[in-house]
Amino acid sequence: MSKIIVVEELSYAYPPAIPGHDPVWVLRGVDLEVEEGEFVSIMGPTGVGKTTLCLALNGIVPQSTGGLIKGRVLVDGLDTKREPVPQLAQRVGVVFQDPETQLFNMSVEAEIAFGLECLGVPRDEIKERVSWALAVVGMTGFEDRPPFQLSGGQKQRVAIASILAMMPKILVLDEPTANLDPLGKAEVFSVVRELRHKRGMTIIMVEHESEHIAEFSDRVIVLNEGRVEMADTPDKVFSQVDRMREIGLAVPQVSELADCLNHRFNSQLNFTQFDEALRTLKGQLDGR
Amino acid sequence: MADEPMSSQTDTICLETRDLWFAYGDNPPALRGISLTIRAGDFVGLVGQNGSGKTTLAKHFNGLLRPTQGQVLLYGQDIRDRPVGELARTVGYVFQNPDHQIFSATTREEIAFGPRNLGLEEAEVQRRTEQAMEHFDLTEYADHQPAVLGFGLRRKVSIAAVYSMRPQILILDEPTAGLDWHCTHDLMERLTALHRQGHTIILITHDMRLIAQYTPRCMVLREGKLLLYDDTRKVFEHCDLLRETHIELPQVCELARELAPIGVRRDALTVPELCDSYADLIARREVTNAGGH
Repeated sequence: MSKIIVVEELSYAYPPAIPGHDPVWVLRGVDLEVEEGEFVSIMGPTGVGKTTLCLALNGIVPQSTGGLIKGRVLVDGLDTKREPVPQLAQRVGVVFQDPETQLFNMSVEAEIAFGLECLGVPRDEIKERVSWALAVVGMTGFEDRPPFQLSGGQKQRVAIASILAMMPKILVLDEPTANLDPLGKAEVFSVVRELRHKRGMTIIMVEHESEHIAEFSDRVIVLNEGRVEMADTPDKVFSQVDRMREIGLAVPQVSELADCLNHRFNSQLNFTQFDEALRTLKGQLDGR
Repeated sequence: MADEPMSSQTDTICLETRDLWFAYGDNPPALRGISLTIRAGDFVGLVGQNGSGKTTLAKHFNGLLRPTQGQVLLYGQDIRDRPVGELARTVGYVFQNPDHQIFSATTREEIAFGPRNLGLEEAEVQRRTEQAMEHFDLTEYADHQPAVLGFGLRRKVSIAAVYSMRPQILILDEPTAGLDWHCTHDLMERLTALHRQGHTIILITHDMRLIAQYTPRCMVLREGKLLLYDDTRKVFEHCDLLRETHIELPQVCELARELAPIGVRRDALTVPELCDSYADLIARREVTNAGGH
């Protein structure tokens, strides 16, 4: 397998809010490698630089934001410091937390076609890609609807479709469910599940919902104090219950339960998903 | 047996609605005939999908909204003719977005604004301000500009600024949204402490884990109607009904249900409760096995 993303010793500071003040380094030496086709989730406390890292993957950091940068980011072999952002956009698509910031057209179809028109994709192909992308997010039939009339979950699904239509190799989802109610969250996670299982796309998801992270991720990256503190399978990361709490992060409730039982019985239980927990706990009793 | 969430409610009813209906302008009614009572000293979770009427209902409790039909009673008296400013002495309301509330140059001024506005003596205003900052661990930020503090701190400032008016009843609209695990539980512990001191607390949230762990009572709204209202443990028994309204039960509650047939307590609400029950079960099996041989 090839490494589609390589982040080496990345440090970054936004330009100071008041000119002349010292820059504040948000990222302080991030090292990260992602394999093609991998599903990686990024967790970290508020303000740790999760969004900054996402934006460094498609070149917006530092090309549009300025500031100071050290180290480098290679995406599909391209250095994101230098490669023009539109070139990068065809490789890395970013979906943001608030779909409102992304949607501006008068119809769902126009919204999704917009990026393709900018890339100069032929008309017929645009039509095909729009219907394909809408089908993937389960929004076929909404072509003519104005995006602003949709529910939060539907808006976010349209935002995802508009990125998918550009067929990036890498999809970055930056807290895609943070602004949604439980129904909207469920809708978006079912799209993520679909992408996870059916397509070979590389996916980077920034999230707080640990129970969904456990379900989807090959690896979980924990950012803390500007660096990668953990980068491992969900099992390994979520078994560090005490450390995760110190950092201020949630683990799945079943991982808390495993931890609680381990303290009680001096055992080595480790589960991060509901079905796994149920099987293990039933099995333990049957085995006795 | 695990500790029940402490409940210091009395038999005094502090809030009551009688056949409460409300519509925004000519829209279909957002509340459809809600009748309920809340006891003084209760800690109530208020849940329901977006658009189910949670915020609309809560805004009736302090007169921010007035019923289209029906009544709201505060300590037995209809609040129809009482201005919001006067009701604020008894019912504090913390908005979902702290930035809708924060406007002062320093944290101290922000928190002093409410009590000063109540016409209290300056010494009392200061006493309450300092005490509110202490309760929410804000003393070190007293002279900071609240608008530029981090989100978690802004949230605490917005709550302290309402708490300093010492309302008997405190309503919070999704106070943990956007907070990380640590800030969320820190805030919930501080609310629990206020509840223990006798305050009535109404918490609007989507997070059923918080309801399970912290609020002894729970009300569920659906499409402007009161679907369930009971002790949290009893509300959680209606898991099919909750799922229908897209309310996700915490993993532990689902797990308890699945493990109930083999003897785990079905109504466990929290990780320690389920852990205790499972441990008991294993201990009992061991005794049985030892006796059998």
